[in-house]
Amino acid sequence: MNALTGGNYTTADGRKIGNTMMEMKNITLRFGGVVAIKDISFDINEGEIRAIIGPNGAGKSSMLNVISGFYNPQEGEVWFHGKKRPQMRPYQVARQGIARTFQNIALFEGMSVLDNVMTGRLTHMKSGMLSQMIWKGKAEKEETENREVVEKIIDFLEIQAIRKTPVGRLPYGLKKRVELARALAAEPKLLLLDEPMAGMNVEEKEDMSRFILDVNDEFGTTIALIEHDMGVVMDLSDRVVVMDYGKKIGDGTPDEVRNNQEVIDAYLGVAHD
Amino acid sequence: MPEQFLFAMEVILNGLMAGVLYALVALGFVLIFKASGIFNYAQGVMALFAALTLVGIMDGQIPFSHIINATFGTELHHFGWHVPALLAIILTAGVMVIFAWLVQRYIFRHLVNQEPIILFMATIGLAYFLEGVGDLMWGSDIKKLDVGLPQGINEWIDVTTFEAFGYGFFIDNLDISATIVAVFLVAALIIFSQYTKQGRALRAVADDHQAALSVGISLNFIWVLVWSIAGFVALVAGIMWGAKSGVQFSLSLIALKALPVLMLGGFTSIPGAIVGGLIIGVGEKLFEFLIGPMVGGATENWFAYVLALLFLVFRPQGLFGEKIIERV
Repeated sequence: MNALTGGNYTTADGRKIGNTMMEMKNITLRFGGVVAIKDISFDINEGEIRAIIGPNGAGKSSMLNVISGFYNPQEGEVWFHGKKRPQMRPYQVARQGIARTFQNIALFEGMSVLDNVMTGRLTHMKSGMLSQMIWKGKAEKEETENREVVEKIIDFLEIQAIRKTPVGRLPYGLKKRVELARALAAEPKLLLLDEPMAGMNVEEKEDMSRFILDVNDEFGTTIALIEHDMGVVMDLSDRVVVMDYGKKIGDGTPDEVRNNQEVIDAYLGVAHD
Repeated sequence: MPEQFLFAMEVILNGLMAGVLYALVALGFVLIFKASGIFNYAQGVMALFAALTLVGIMDGQIPFSHIINATFGTELHHFGWHVPALLAIILTAGVMVIFAWLVQRYIFRHLVNQEPIILFMATIGLAYFLEGVGDLMWGSDIKKLDVGLPQGINEWIDVTTFEAFGYGFFIDNLDISATIVAVFLVAALIIFSQYTKQGRALRAVADDHQAALSVGISLNFIWVLVWSIAGFVALVAGIMWGAKSGVQFSLSLIALKALPVLMLGGFTSIPGAIVGGLIIGVGEKLFEFLIGPMVGGATENWFAYVLALLFLVFRPQGLFGEKIIERV
């Protein structure tokens, strides 16, 4: 076992990594006869950037969907903040402070960027329906507070110029950024990113990497991400889980994973004789 | 000629008011279709059921009295009280909320992710079921609905227009109140969907289910909410139509008139439902007035559908609907 997996340390660049936030214990997920995830355990520490990598079809996205409640595993337990999580619907998971983005962007195409990001605040709105309709007292104060958070995030991700643009008209790279903004608007404890850089050019990838690092650094958000681009993953993450054919074949710091023979075989292929 | 012109003006005004009633029914369709992709064939029956329930509550009728009497040999019909209109409307709205919850819980929750045609067939079943329940609960006789809205010719408009143009316009008071109520209803719906948390969530669900889930929106809650709102819109439509022509089972057929309205306005647009309703209302009255005499009248029965067909050929997404572009 790696000495660092216990958590509670300071990284080389001075970020504080806390205790275990989320723990996946012996997760198995099946679709009919197909086993998508086979008995996988790993943990995510507070404040870290945790990557899940693996070849196509390894079960990475399924894993993210288990964490965010879109799939319920047949076996295994999910522990969050030291408590076993009962079976939950995705919206309940979101209300617990876990936000996510999707591999094939899922935005509200008909709404403006601002409205999209505002939907991220829904879990923070408490005032009643009627008082919101007549725009009084608490509701007004709440709306202003939410707007402030949202504007801060919009500034942070440098999308001020497109605030009022309907999302459907934006190019792919910007859509990805808006989706990140919406997830951040929820001020999540844990942020799940499903291939945040898929289909981007080098420049866009660099921007996105910078945003991910800044989010983690400035807001202290714990991040779990799936990514194909090995270079990016190794630069960004504190620890990496490697999956192949639904099984975990490696877990550790980027350096450890890079030198793991099984991982090398899975990525480069190995001669079967 | 001015005589003819004034007469046409009156026809247009009356058409606009009839259009408001069409728009009210169409609105219920659009709400549910937008939020869940279900084309709710039962919307017309919901209006009928709401109107039946309202009359039943106001008159203190005992629900299911036919079955109760047949089973126990009793002679129960009425509780012997009268409920004031406003209270009865609130109670009926409550019944529609319960109905919405039942529909969501026992039908559509089990049909998530099914083909649209299956959802549509479920609503056809729902329509016939609800019609039967309405019959069983409140009886099938034609009932008079009087919630205290003014009826008959508006004297003031009649007199003023007569003094101004030498020709008195005939405008029904009921149509005027229907228009006022509809304007308030639509304004409230727009404020709700633009400025409240639930409204924002509703628009989000209408746009993308998966994304809505990921920001913490419960799809079930939103669907119950939207069916409740559609139930309330059905209640308003039921009151207006019921007050106009009595609460009878042919009321459920007004849903058919909403179809051409939707084809014109687009299935996903609230302004579309209103404008579509007005165009159909004015169009059919004006067509009857101008062309009707030449073809032997009764054009109101088919005009709306022909207009809708023309729209289907030239602008299939309707006036305000979203154009569907499939990327390949």
